[in-house]
Amino acid sequence: MAELTAVLASTHHPFYYKATTSPQDQRPPYAADWQRKVEAYRETLTAAEPDILVMVGADHFHQLWLDNYPQFLIGKQETYDATFYNEEREFGIPKYTLAGDLELSRYMHEELLVKEFDFSVSHELKIDHSIICPIITVRPQADLPIVPIYTNIFVPPLPSPRRFYQVGRAIREIIDSFPSDKKVAAIGTGHLSLELGGPRQFGEHGPDPLFDADAIEWLSTGNIDAILANVTHESMAGAGNATHGFMDLLLMMGIAGPGVHADYVDHLDLFHTREMYMTWYPNRTQDQLDAAARAAQTAQASTGPIYATDPAWEQFRTEHTAPAVGA
Amino acid sequence: MSKYYVNKFLFTIDRDPEWVASYRDDPRATVERWEKDVGRWLNPVEQTSWLEFTAEEREALATHDYVWLFEHGAHFFLNLTLFIALFDEEYAAARGPLAFQTEMAQKLDHWTGRDYPSVAM
Repeated sequence: MAELTAVLASTHHPFYYKATTSPQDQRPPYAADWQRKVEAYRETLTAAEPDILVMVGADHFHQLWLDNYPQFLIGKQETYDATFYNEEREFGIPKYTLAGDLELSRYMHEELLVKEFDFSVSHELKIDHSIICPIITVRPQADLPIVPIYTNIFVPPLPSPRRFYQVGRAIREIIDSFPSDKKVAAIGTGHLSLELGGPRQFGEHGPDPLFDADAIEWLSTGNIDAILANVTHESMAGAGNATHGFMDLLLMMGIAGPGVHADYVDHLDLFHTREMYMTWYPNRTQDQLDAAARAAQTAQASTGPIYATDPAWEQFRTEHTAPAVGA
Repeated sequence: MSKYYVNKFLFTIDRDPEWVASYRDDPRATVERWEKDVGRWLNPVEQTSWLEFTAEEREALATHDYVWLFEHGAHFFLNLTLFIALFDEEYAAARGPLAFQTEMAQKLDHWTGRDYPSVAM
């Protein structure tokens, strides 16, 4: 059977490419720190030695449209073009051509249907920055075949947080049962608290740093009960109108499994949003853990969960929101 | 009110550089041309018998009024992306990075702490 060697859940930030490839004197002040963290994170994937990448993202109205909008969709192609004109225009992201793993796409689609997850399918899917951003950050060689999965985080009514988690659990079972000797890594991107096109966009910090603190703790400890008890479509909207991308991170946690602690956790306050980089090794090897430890040293990241009680979050707590002593 | 039709306008303009340039330079004429050449068409053969803008929607689009569009449930992502395409470069050159995005946030500031107009249809 195939081996799932890594699960990566991260934010995707379309500014990263330009920020880190522009001439030095045109780079923003946060670019060097950002690049150091991203390149360290990349090592956590490299150590998993993947042959195939199952990639989870969400189309941002680049191809999928309101005349016919799927809740969950899988691509089933030998090749995928990537990056739309308006992403080149706005973010300077280059075009890519990625190979597809048709065999795993077909198996994934059929097995999802067997498990009663009725995915839509595309045979002419063009990939947008929700999947190209992680290619740029963690596999810039763009040399591995992918199986792309898109979710609806944009067009209400959305699937429930529970459903995203369940889809993740199903994908895990399907990868584990895939009759192949290949190593598979699952990489999904979404968001912590995020505001786009509203009054809280591009502020000094992300719209809700304390949501981010909870989210990182819940994800990195696999605390599905806390997520299902606290996260609703309405609560996510309260944390920022585009925060529903958190559900793609939740899906990835579903692939890793309930109660499973992440092996690498990092985050970065990028003024208007918070970046997060998380890796689980489902079948931990010493080499993988050593790679995570080295990466963590470079990035000043953690090799285990980061809790909401971490001192890093203190600056965002007012007296009103501080937890009671002894709580 | 046709949120769908407004969103279709934002979506189909944003994905095509010629329409983006046209909408930036002459929004009123572009809206009229779009209704004939793009908006009515489901595919090169089939066209709608019922989709159209209200007068208020047409006027908001013809005046680049992204605040009105936000307040009437246009999708926040489309509304942001297209107006970035129209104004980001000019604002950034004059006032620095993200100047347009920051001004947009300020113009919507009266919505902070309130439930935003729904983008649901």
